[in-house]
Amino acid sequence: MNPFNYSKPSQVSQAISLADGASRFIAGGTNLLDLMKENVDRPDHLIDITGLPLKEVKETANGGLLIGALVSNADLAWHPLIEQRYPLLSQAILAGASPQLRNMASTGGNLLQRTRCYYFYDAAMPCNKREPGSGCPAKSGLNRIHAVLGASDECVATHPSDMCVALAALEAVVHVEGRAGKRSIEFADFHRLPENAPQRDNQLADDELITAIELPPAGFVSHHHYLKIRDRASYAFALVSVAAALELDGDVIRDVRLALGGVAHKPWRDKSVEQSLRGKPVSRENFVAAADAMLRDARPLAHNAFKIKLAQRAIVRALSEAAVGGNV
Amino acid sequence: MSATNQKDFAEHAIALTLNGQPRQLQVQPWVTLLDVLREQLDLVGTKKGCDHGQCGACTVLRDGKRINACLTLAIMCDGADLTTIEGLADGDVLHPMQQAFIKHDAFQCGYCTPGQICSAVGLANEGRAGNADEIKELMSGNLCRCGAYSNILAAVEEALPQSASKEGGRQP
Repeated sequence: MNPFNYSKPSQVSQAISLADGASRFIAGGTNLLDLMKENVDRPDHLIDITGLPLKEVKETANGGLLIGALVSNADLAWHPLIEQRYPLLSQAILAGASPQLRNMASTGGNLLQRTRCYYFYDAAMPCNKREPGSGCPAKSGLNRIHAVLGASDECVATHPSDMCVALAALEAVVHVEGRAGKRSIEFADFHRLPENAPQRDNQLADDELITAIELPPAGFVSHHHYLKIRDRASYAFALVSVAAALELDGDVIRDVRLALGGVAHKPWRDKSVEQSLRGKPVSRENFVAAADAMLRDARPLAHNAFKIKLAQRAIVRALSEAAVGGNV
Repeated sequence: MSATNQKDFAEHAIALTLNGQPRQLQVQPWVTLLDVLREQLDLVGTKKGCDHGQCGACTVLRDGKRINACLTLAIMCDGADLTTIEGLADGDVLHPMQQAFIKHDAFQCGYCTPGQICSAVGLANEGRAGNADEIKELMSGNLCRCGAYSNILAAVEEALPQSASKEGGRQP
């Protein structure tokens, strides 16, 4: 790990004023320190934000929740209000990482974790995300874990988070603060597709800090399911994951949310597919049609074509489980 | 970066509680808790396995919660209450989880054992594991390359009810 300067501000405004392109905010550090050990990231300055007052889960006036950016993944997954009102989010968080890492990792940091593409992580290899313009060895190399949707010529990496797949389905809002002031970003707009700038994972400016994640009131308590498919039974990143949520009137679908993990540079949603399910009855036929439509633009690489069929089957299973009831 | 240049980066004073004792330390910002424990304090029970948060050999308890010491900066432990494997026993009386690991022969080479035991005590504090399947899932952050899992499971299952720390423990 390279040497760096360290500061620990106690106010958000101080943290923001210290930030620049060569600094990083650190909270849990579970991904950042790993990247620094691998020389993938070499910041001059770490700004420890664990002293900032961003640790509460509060109810909002409209019946939603505001989650402070520093709430740990474990505390969030097991928070009574999350378990009661947003069990899909609990389930997704508990599907990720290990208990130790969930105790350390923060809510804000979960959104900012970098891809686990082998080539991004190997500083001896070219990588457009790490060194723009250097090339993408994953496209012609080992790409079993890579994207089948929304990739570009420059980058085929996937976003590794489970929590973010649920947050996408729940239409969370990301609250950020920078030197130019505060703004709120719809979850669907927060992360980027790689296009021709894969070095940028999301919309944040260098001086912007995530302060909170807001959940709208709809928690899909009665009908939801998070399905994660991976190479071992626990403690592995998703090959494919599905967050499915339904609001039913009898067996008619009133509302539906569907988000995929492990298949793209960001949690993948397609509102046209969700719209096509609204008003239709719960049936395997309708779920299969939705699953096919969700993957209609998929483009496989040499080793990951299996993800397309896997994702389609996972969507059908997750929707079917959600229709029967909740999780657990 | 040369050693000379490293001197430009300030050392910081931190104060913490380690295995019940107050400690004052001078640390460079980039030193991990794991390296401070092993290299500066000679507490070599906490093991360095992967050094990337993937194996759990470095698991310690911070304020009763299990964490990976390899992905924790020592400087960020200012004010923390830390417990390592050296701090679990009460004098010569082993912690119930240590006793159960011996009883069930829950190791072969022993390298992962301190992390397994600290993790299991953290598991007890969480109070979320009510059966063998839940123990297996919630111990998945600790790898054992000898494959002693069946005996580790038996030890954890037996000692879990007696293993929560006095403060913060909660039964399922």
